[in-house]
Amino acid sequence: MSAPSTNATQAAGDGRETLVRVEDLRVHFPITSGIVFRHKVGAVYAVDGIDLEIRRGETLGLVGESGCGKSTTGRAILQLIRPTTGRVLYEGGDLAHLKGGALRRQRRRMQMIFQDPYASLNSRMTVGDMVSEPLLVHKLADRAGRKVRVRELLETVGINPNTLNRYPHEFSGGQRQRIGIARALAVEPNFIVCDEPISALDVSIRAQIINLLQQLQREFGLTYLFIAHDLSVVRHISDRVAVMYLGRIVELAENAVLYEQPMHPYTQALLSAVPIPDPVAEERRRPVVLTGDVPSPVEPPSGCHFHTRCPAAREGLCDVEGPTLKEVRPGHWAACHLITLDDYPHIRAGEDDLAVVAEQGGEAAGEGGETA
Amino acid sequence: MGVDANTLLRLTDLSVDFESHEGTVHAVDRVSFSVAPGELVGLVGESGCGKSVTANAILGLTRMVNNATISGAIDFLGRDLVTLPESEVRDIRGKDISMIFQDPVTSLNPVLSIERLMTEGLEVHLGLSHGDAIKRSIELLQLVGIPKAAGRIKDYPHQFSGGMRQRVMIAIALSCNPKLLLADEPTTALDVTIQAQILRLMKQLSREYHAAVVVITHDLGVVAGMCERILVMYAGRIAESGPAKALFGHPHHPYTVGLLRSVPRLNEPRKDSLQTIAGLPPDLAHLPPGCSFAPRCWLATEACWQQVPELFHTDAGRLSACFHRDKLIAGAEMPA
Repeated sequence: MSAPSTNATQAAGDGRETLVRVEDLRVHFPITSGIVFRHKVGAVYAVDGIDLEIRRGETLGLVGESGCGKSTTGRAILQLIRPTTGRVLYEGGDLAHLKGGALRRQRRRMQMIFQDPYASLNSRMTVGDMVSEPLLVHKLADRAGRKVRVRELLETVGINPNTLNRYPHEFSGGQRQRIGIARALAVEPNFIVCDEPISALDVSIRAQIINLLQQLQREFGLTYLFIAHDLSVVRHISDRVAVMYLGRIVELAENAVLYEQPMHPYTQALLSAVPIPDPVAEERRRPVVLTGDVPSPVEPPSGCHFHTRCPAAREGLCDVEGPTLKEVRPGHWAACHLITLDDYPHIRAGEDDLAVVAEQGGEAAGEGGETA
Repeated sequence: MGVDANTLLRLTDLSVDFESHEGTVHAVDRVSFSVAPGELVGLVGESGCGKSVTANAILGLTRMVNNATISGAIDFLGRDLVTLPESEVRDIRGKDISMIFQDPVTSLNPVLSIERLMTEGLEVHLGLSHGDAIKRSIELLQLVGIPKAAGRIKDYPHQFSGGMRQRVMIAIALSCNPKLLLADEPTTALDVTIQAQILRLMKQLSREYHAAVVVITHDLGVVAGMCERILVMYAGRIAESGPAKALFGHPHHPYTVGLLRSVPRLNEPRKDSLQTIAGLPPDLAHLPPGCSFAPRCWLATEACWQQVPELFHTDAGRLSACFHRDKLIAGAEMPA
C-alpha cells in the first residue's frame, strides 16, 4: 500500500491537525497446527497494510462487510490487539511499542464503545462501580469525587443517576449502550473508537444513540473512528469515510464525495446495494449486484483483492498486481488500477445509477406532502 | 369460515399469550390479516413486537410451547391451523407452508449433509424415491445459484459461507413447491452485497413458483424494494397496514412515521440530527391499558391512554390503529 510519505498529504486537505496516524498497519493472526509441537501453518490476513489519518475533532467512518478487518483495525489502533507490523501514532508518539504503565497512561486518551451492550458490561458489577472503575484505575478522583463524577456522567448520557446501584440486566439495550458510553467518557478521552455501536439496538432506539454520540462530540470535542456496516448511518455521522475490503482500504474521501462520486467499483456496488426505505426510489434504482461471496482472508486473491468479484476487472492486470491507494483527486483516495484508464467502463454505469438516486432524493423531498 | 379464491391465508383475531413469572406476556394480541396467493407481504416491527411469534403460530410451532395459549383462527385454504390436529399440520408444514429462518448458521443441522437436509422433505411430502429426490435437490441448488451443485450435495453446512447457506435454506424451503413462504429476517445475518442477491432471488422465485411470501423484518429498506403490501406491528398488535408505496409515502400511524423518520436514508440530504421516537417499547407483560404506543406518541390524548384503538379503514386497502389518523392524513408533521 502507499508509503508513509504519501500519508502526509492525506491530512493536508484542511487545517485540522492529525490526532491519530496509522502507518502500514498489519494484523495477521497465525493458524497453528499440532499439540506438542505447535507450528504455524498459515495466517488470517485480517488487516493487510493500512494507512489512515484521523484528524482532531472529526468522525472518520470505517465501513466494510463482515470479515473485512474493520473491527480488528479499531482494536489494533487502541492496542487491544497488538499489530503484527506497522505504527500507530497518537499525537506523534508510537503506541505499538508502548507497554505496561506507559501504555495505560496513553489509554486514558482513547476509549472504545463496543457493539454488544449485553456482552460488554460486567453483569456482576453495578452501574456505578462500572462507570467509576476507570476513575479508580487512572487515579482521577478520590472516593467522594468519584461519586459526584459518576452521577454527572450518567446524567450526561441520559441515565437517571439514582439508578447507579442497579445491575446491567435491569436496563434495556439502549440504556446499556448509554452506560457503555458513560464508562468510555469517564477518563475524559480525546479519541473514541465506536465499533458498531448501534447495530445490536432496536430501530427506534438507534437514532437516540446516534444523536447522543453527536451531541457528546460537540460538547467535549471528541474524535471518533466510527466502525459500521450500515452505510446510511455512516453517511449521517461521518466527516470522511474509508471503505475496507479484505484487510485493505479501497477508497477514502470526504463524506459527500464518497457517497456522490464513488470511484472504486466496490464502493459503487456497496452503495447501490444499500436498501432505501422508499418503494418509489427502490423501483427506479439499477443496483450493481455483485456475484459470489467475500473470499477468505486466509487466502486472499492475488493482485487486487476485489478482482474475483469486480464487474470491471481486467485479466492480466487486476489479478496480477495489487493497486496502491492513490490520491485521485484532492482528498479522494482510491486503490484501483482502472480509475486512471480512459476507457474505464464501470464508473459510467455507477454515475448514472447515482444520478438516478440523487434526482429522486430531491423529488421525494418535494413529494412528501402531497402523496395520499 | 369463508375463503375465496383470492385468499390463501387469513388470520382472524389471532392471540398468543405466554405464561411467565412476570405474568402473562401478550406476544400477539388479536391480529387479523390475510395474504393472497403469490402476494409479497412485509411484516415490519422491532424486536418483541410479535412478528416472529405470528409466523411461528402460522407454522404451528407455538403449539409445541408448553406455556403458550393460542386463540383466534388461522385459516389456510379452508383449514384452521389453530384447531387442526398435529398430524395434519405436519402434512402442511414444510410442504404448503415453509419457512426461512434468520440465522443460516444455527438453523441447518450441522451433522446432516446437504443431501440429507434437502431430500428429507421431498421424500416425506412428495413421496419421491431417494434417487429422484437427489436429482430434484441438485436442480433446486442450481436454481438458487449454488455453483457446481452436483459436486456439493454431499457437503455439510459448515463447508458453505453464510450467503450460500441461506441459499441452501431457500432451496429446502422451496423444494415442495410451497404456496406460502415465511421468511423470518432472511437477510439480517448477511452482508449488504449478499443481501441484495438473496432478496432478488426470493422475489424472482416467488414469481416463478407463484408462492406468496411473508417477509418478517425490522429493516424498512428490505421490504420497501420487495413487498407489495406492508403490515407494521407494535407491541403485539398491527399498527398500520396498506400497499407499500402508499404506506411509505404517507404513513397513517404515528409509529410508522417515527420509524421512517429515525433512519437516515441514502437518497435524502444529510440532516444535523435524526428525529427520534422517545422512550422504549412497552413491557408485553404490563401493557398500558389504552394504545400501547401512547406513552411514546406525540399525538396522544386522554382517549389514547384509556382505550385500545381498533383498526380503522383510512384509504383503499389501508388500515390504521390510531385515533388521530385524520391528523396524519391531513399532513400533521412529527415535531423535531
